[in-house]
Amino acid sequence: MSEPTDITVSQPEPDANPFAIAPYEVHKLRIESWVHLVFKAISLLLILPVLAVLIYLTYRAWPSLSFGFLWENPENGMKAGGIWAPLIGTFLLVFVSLIAAAPVGVLAGVYLNEYARDNWTTRLINLAVVNLAGVPSIVHGLFGVGAIALGRKLFGPAVKPCLLVASLTIAVMTLPVIIASTKEALAAVPMAFREACWNMGASRWQTVRSIVLPNSISGILTGVILQVSRAAGETAPILFTGAAYYMTFENGFGLGDKFMALSYHLFILSKQANDIPESMLYGTAVVLIGLVLLVNSVAIGARIYLRSRKKW
Amino acid sequence: MISQPHIQFSNVSVRYEDHVALQNISLSIARNEIFGIIGPANAGKTTFLKCINRMLEFIPTASVQGTVSVAGENVRSLRNVYRLRRRIGMVFPLPVGLPMSVYENVAYAPRQSGIHERAQLDEIVERCLRQSMLWDEVKDRLNLLGTHLSGGQQQRLTIARALSHDPEILCLDEFSIAIDPVTTMKIEDMLAELKKDITIVLVTNLVQQARRLADHTAFFNDSELVEVGTTEKIFSEPENPLTYEYVTGGFG
Repeated sequence: MSEPTDITVSQPEPDANPFAIAPYEVHKLRIESWVHLVFKAISLLLILPVLAVLIYLTYRAWPSLSFGFLWENPENGMKAGGIWAPLIGTFLLVFVSLIAAAPVGVLAGVYLNEYARDNWTTRLINLAVVNLAGVPSIVHGLFGVGAIALGRKLFGPAVKPCLLVASLTIAVMTLPVIIASTKEALAAVPMAFREACWNMGASRWQTVRSIVLPNSISGILTGVILQVSRAAGETAPILFTGAAYYMTFENGFGLGDKFMALSYHLFILSKQANDIPESMLYGTAVVLIGLVLLVNSVAIGARIYLRSRKKW
Repeated sequence: MISQPHIQFSNVSVRYEDHVALQNISLSIARNEIFGIIGPANAGKTTFLKCINRMLEFIPTASVQGTVSVAGENVRSLRNVYRLRRRIGMVFPLPVGLPMSVYENVAYAPRQSGIHERAQLDEIVERCLRQSMLWDEVKDRLNLLGTHLSGGQQQRLTIARALSHDPEILCLDEFSIAIDPVTTMKIEDMLAELKKDITIVLVTNLVQQARRLADHTAFFNDSELVEVGTTEKIFSEPENPLTYEYVTGGFG
């Protein structure tokens, strides 16, 4: 390359502002502010549907909403009373499915992220997880029915639609997302931490227990909690596997009993029963959505708290 | 036992898929010496260290041929690789403070190997932090998170951790890149002192650091061992013209 010979060094005016906007920058700045505005407007639009749903539902439900609505059982062919039994049923459903899904999901996530080498077994497992996540919820429901039918063949008529079967169906449905969020949380822990421990002669398990899990537990818990709110709203998987039209818990409840759930109750109120006061229908929806939002806020709160304690 | 080499490489080659990282390396490192390794980037220096404590196993694409022995034992046939790693202190160039207190950082390895008595841990932590010249800066705030130390302090914390499991070999890979020159000199003095008890492998980009400290020096270039000999010989009358160029700064 030849030396450039015609370099002209322009001296700025002594009193010129060195940060003045040059002509070629005007366009850039204008575009920047437009892009900012448009993106922000689109993001703000997202708030609208949420607010609309909440306000409309609450407005329609207002005549029915009271504390009694929460802790009275449905009465008189669903035309009166409240939603105590479905509410408790949903809690039980979520609780049992969590107990089934969380340990399996978290342990599988730990295995896949911390132990598994990149070979065909690992790829097979990952493929299975991804595909499980893509199965529609109604198919999970049918799968649950199939499991009951198989169980009847093997173990006799004691196997029937009940809380346990519905919870396990929900567990299978939530499992892949719990695995994925666990893996993601673990992968966020820098590799250098693990290497430092291995260098000191720590085994993989010692490293996972002492460094990786304590620093990823917030992400893991958030993933699990978000699955709770999803499970609470699902109808299809419990439709044939344990949800009951009417079933109160006056005589106690067991894993082998059928149960009422908010989502299924809402379906019944809107489609199957007649002459239901509309406000009751909307009231049920408000409680269901409130439950979901409550659980989500707990997850968000936990994440904020744990992130503030983040150690690197 | 008369002068069995502490670390011995026999015809060791390492490949990462298509890339050859080490080619047919044979050398031996005696007990209680400081063994300097110099060479330009990508010469295989770090790979050399990772062969010694089998950290290469964590790189799935790496394949090793030849024999690496520590104290006469072929490291690849050892069943208890954790014991091997505890016998070797390893310091890599990136400063890593573990996300726990300074105290716990240094007490980590002793705890994992079963030492739980507070007094004993206190003593180990203080000794290691003193040896890595970090004690005076952190003695009043041992509860500070290791990740919140400055880069140079984290580097010295890494050295303290490497010493915490009482190793018989200490491998240092560019330990001084994040540390100020005055502290580096102090650590060098400490290393010269430590040599009485342990064997030190010192990988360094600072040629003069090898010259100051090492008893023997090896020059690596392009994944091959170009020359190894007493430090005096390597720096004053090397046999290979490449070595001469590198140590006199005219390389490349």
